Amino acid sequence: MNSSKILEITELTTCFDTPEGLVRAVDGVSLVIESGRTLGVLGESGCGKSVTALSVMGLLPKPQGRISSGSIYFQGKDLVRKSPRTLRALRGSEMAMIFQEPMTSLNPVYTVGEQIAEAFTIHEHLPKKLGLQKARETLFQVGIPSPEQRIHEYPHQLSGGMRQRIMIAMAMACRPKLLIADEPSTALDVTIQAQILDLMLNLQEETGMSIMMITHDLGVVAEMSDHLAVMYAGKVVECAPVDVIFNAPGHPYTLGLMRSIPRPGRKFSSGKQALAEIPGIVPGLIDPPPGCLFAPRCDRAFERCRLEMPPLFNLKDQSGSSHGVRCWLAESMAQQPATQGGRT
Amino acid sequence: MKTFIIKRLIQALAVCLVISMISFFLLFLNADPALVLLPPEAEVEDIAAFKKQMGFDRPIIVQYLDFIGKVIFHADFGNSFVAKVPTLKLLAERVPATLKLTASAVLIANLIAIPLGILAAVRRYSLLDNLSTLIALMGQAMPLYWLGIMLIIVFGVWLGWLPISGSQTLPHLILPAVTLAAYLLPANMRLVRSGMLDVLNQDYIRTARAKGAGEIRVFIVHAFKNAAIPLVIITGLQFSILLGGTVVTETVFAWPGLGRLAVNSILMGDYPVVQAIVIFFSLCVVIGNLLADILAAFIDPRIRQE
Ligand SMILES: Nc1ncnc2c1ncn2[C@@H]1O[C@H](COP(=O)(O)OP(=O)(O)OP(=O)(O)O)[C@@H](O)[C@H]1O
Ligand SMILES: [Mg+2]
Repeated sequence: MNSSKILEITELTTCFDTPEGLVRAVDGVSLVIESGRTLGVLGESGCGKSVTALSVMGLLPKPQGRISSGSIYFQGKDLVRKSPRTLRALRGSEMAMIFQEPMTSLNPVYTVGEQIAEAFTIHEHLPKKLGLQKARETLFQVGIPSPEQRIHEYPHQLSGGMRQRIMIAMAMACRPKLLIADEPSTALDVTIQAQILDLMLNLQEETGMSIMMITHDLGVVAEMSDHLAVMYAGKVVECAPVDVIFNAPGHPYTLGLMRSIPRPGRKFSSGKQALAEIPGIVPGLIDPPPGCLFAPRCDRAFERCRLEMPPLFNLKDQSGSSHGVRCWLAESMAQQPATQGGRT
Repeated sequence: MKTFIIKRLIQALAVCLVISMISFFLLFLNADPALVLLPPEAEVEDIAAFKKQMGFDRPIIVQYLDFIGKVIFHADFGNSFVAKVPTLKLLAERVPATLKLTASAVLIANLIAIPLGILAAVRRYSLLDNLSTLIALMGQAMPLYWLGIMLIIVFGVWLGWLPISGSQTLPHLILPAVTLAAYLLPANMRLVRSGMLDVLNQDYIRTARAKGAGEIRVFIVHAFKNAAIPLVIITGLQFSILLGGTVVTETVFAWPGLGRLAVNSILMGDYPVVQAIVIFFSLCVVIGNLLADILAAFIDPRIRQE
């Protein structure tokens, strides 16, 4: 593929200072998003998906959170080395984010219109009146009925689904090149979920933006993404084009995730139908044990898994797309360890 | 909103009525007005005659109904026993001074408390934060009259910068207003600080940052407007503390307001004046609360909808 990369994260490590010690919430993560494409980031709760996203946006909670190494190239600029001021100018204009919690992510004392208009005030220096005008247009574009009325409403008057649409409208206001969606539909019920995802797909088609779609739902990944990165305990354990992973998951954790959903998405047909769950829990991120962090939960783990952390092996499959798998089982099939993390 | 205000006004009047009743009975329980007003050597017959003339011989309920009836239907609080002029006239002369003092105190207190509270929250655990916590603690531990006297000694006597009693000029206002403000400041500052800390952790602050909002915009536009809601409501509740504070402050600084009038009237047994001041103060407290609630509803749409 020769389309350009809009985002390239290399060996990103993000730490939190906590009373219990230093938490490496994200540990050597490498990801790539190509222009106009969608990268799905999949993983259980607490595996570092949100922290990765917040690192990109420069929104880590201060003072406890910080990026300790790695680089984040966005449109060719390394965000890790940019000043807070530069990052601020990019946020909400070139890159935007919508959050996991639609109920609490809007400011309760301002109207919907005021909150969307603010994006125009900040980035385009429009006066409030013009900003509101454009807010109305934005609401119209994201398909919200009677935007005229909506802009005068307050968040508490809206349902969760409507609030998430407003968040999307706000994120889309200045036409970002990259949208980071952190489990945008998790808190909503199923039919609303589908509507929100459809909306994002439509907007992507219209604007050609790239999306980082964070989720713990394989179905969402199947529907939305071109590439997939599976995260476990702060690390990427597998990454490849979505269909490659769905056809032949390389990591036991990915396989476990696929077995643990009751109705597999239409994109993968093989695999067992029995609903399995992955036993055990994600290990603590303070002083993690040596070896593969998934080993304690893995039914195929052997001696080496408990002693040595596997690198991301690069399996080249027939179609030639790269397929990174962080598992010793993949060693024999790998051509060489992927140095830079898998391409997506 | 309109029904909200009307409902609150009716409640307010009911509260005032109850307070007037309680204060009326308390005054009469406290001491027999005839004994306070007549010279100690008065004969028993004189006392009886005086009681009859003033109507003190009637049952206390009847006296109260008589009193409150006149208040409600004629705005007549009776005459001052001491000054022999209508009570209302005495009050009217004193109200402006007290309003000037309390308004200045609230203004000074919040003009300092708000920025200081915001800064303390934003630079949490910094020198400034710790220093302001210390000062707030000291301020809260200091009795009002003591602070007033200290200010008089330092700025009035030693430095000679400011007048220490009376109310003729603007500089006269400074010391009493500062004293009274110091009474409110610590609590308000802590309130702004904790409110800001709470709000800054909310998801919508992260949303504002994700939009590209700068720090000042985040703190003032997004955080403070939310943190101001409890401040407004508490400020309304503070009216009662504030009016209690004026009694002390006005006495220390010889400020010719209602607080000092209240003290003098109690000492001289001038019950109609005391009664009227109590009712006026309770009215102030109730209206203060009402204004605070209206202002809070103005800021927060969720309150408006209730
Ligand atoms: N503010 C913080 N302070 C300390 N540790 C944190 C903080 N935020 C996140 N972490 C740590 O980072 C880890 C990853 O958190 P993150 O929010 O990225 O998980 P996630 O993958 O988004 O999970 P979820 O699906 O629940 O959103 C957590 O396990 C937690 O230990
Ligand atoms: Mg998350």
